[in-house]
Amino acid sequence: MYTASDLRKGLRIKLEGDPHIIVDFNFVKPGKGQALYRCKLKNMLTGAQFDRTFRSVDVFEPADLQEKKMQFLYREEDKYCFMDNETFEQVYLTEDQVGDMKNFLVENLETEVLLFENRPLGVSLPNAVDLYVKVAEPWAKGDTVAGKTKPVTLETGYVIQVPPFIEAGEKIRVDTRTGEYLTRVKD
Amino acid sequence: MAEGDWHLTRKGANLKTRAALLEAIRRFFNLRGYLEVETPIRIPGPAPEYHIDAVPSGDWFLQTSPELCMKRLLAAGYDRIFQIARCFREGERGGLHLPEFTILEWYEAGGDYTSMMKTCEDLILFIADALSLGRTISYRDLAIDITPPWPRITVREAFASHAPVSLEEALAASSFDEILTAHVEPHLGLDRPVFLTDYPAEMASLAKLHPRDPTVAQRCELYLAGMEMANAFTELTDEEEQRRRFAREEARRRRAGKKPYPSPEAFLACLPSMPEAGGIALGVDRLVMIVTGAARIDDVVAFTPERL
Repeated sequence: MYTASDLRKGLRIKLEGDPHIIVDFNFVKPGKGQALYRCKLKNMLTGAQFDRTFRSVDVFEPADLQEKKMQFLYREEDKYCFMDNETFEQVYLTEDQVGDMKNFLVENLETEVLLFENRPLGVSLPNAVDLYVKVAEPWAKGDTVAGKTKPVTLETGYVIQVPPFIEAGEKIRVDTRTGEYLTRVKD
Repeated sequence: MAEGDWHLTRKGANLKTRAALLEAIRRFFNLRGYLEVETPIRIPGPAPEYHIDAVPSGDWFLQTSPELCMKRLLAAGYDRIFQIARCFREGERGGLHLPEFTILEWYEAGGDYTSMMKTCEDLILFIADALSLGRTISYRDLAIDITPPWPRITVREAFASHAPVSLEEALAASSFDEILTAHVEPHLGLDRPVFLTDYPAEMASLAKLHPRDPTVAQRCELYLAGMEMANAFTELTDEEEQRRRFAREEARRRRAGKKPYPSPEAFLACLPSMPEAGGIALGVDRLVMIVTGAARIDDVVAFTPERL
């Protein structure tokens, strides 16, 4: 069981029998009032999205999904193909089902595909993924102003803020939960 | 170039503004003859409030605000005092909440919640001058005109203007907090700062009731950019009444299975000698957000719990 304080973006819970994913989350609390957990939820079966606010006394069952280790193979238009490396079984997820994770999916990445009664519904990624920088403005040497940031485009097309010294062709580690830059990676 | 901790480095501009703001706060109160005080962070127990959970520290607790100790100073004759204090509240983490955060709290003997609103205006104007912000503060896509006096609207009026139900209906349905945060707060303080005043009596366990309407308390909150910034009271000085309210809050805490707090006897005992006073607690981190344009509280402190 989860309590309200476990709620966060990406958590999957069971509501009215169906698996739901929290696609947006905000903790709000008036200074002298009660804690409120404001969620945007998506029904993982129907795709329907809606807002719901929970209180600290609310408890939740985890969504009864199975997780299966699968490798991401390729993307074809709005379909994402994953393969079970033992059985060679392939499944497809839509762009909507992949959600924000599409920003971090590179070929051959080990993932966990989520299944509900054998239907693929979504994908979980490692907390950190290493990605190549495809496009970056060159670093103006001497530009050493501490704390500056610049946007770069990763191999997935995702645009991310990084320190100014990151150049095209370098590999960086990205937190898949927050979408933020973590560190530079040496190959 | 050594990478260092880039997430720390990139906060540099905000941390410098934060330091300048803290300096301006101290200068404002020193010029007005307030005494800066420091009271213990680790205390036997906080004021019992149903919705505020203290972090245990051994057999004691970390303060949720410096209120009880500061009122004891007030009762001992320290008439005008201020403190910039680290406070701790369990389970509070979000875009506007850190479990460890900074409160500016000040008290004025002879004051009440209306005089606190005036001092609050003066303080923010002083800070705006110190930081060369002019009379319009740009916060994200808002331009907030801080020329005083700022509008005051009662909670009842705000519900009538912005909420789908009246204040009474929200209270009857036990959905005050939900309606306030979803429908009322997003409209408050967008083009000018605003004071939301006269809260339902049960939501102000340390405030005096309104003399003309005892269903509401002499309590107000300052809002800027939809954010709750500061809470002011006309402080309750009646020991028996305070004892009854604490007992009520403590009973609610016990019924909900929350950790009991010891009764703050030394504080209760000081109330008969405490002067009539106004008091206010202002969220320093959120004020830094306003003056730096930060979207999240994470951007105005060097460290968040997740990055320790």
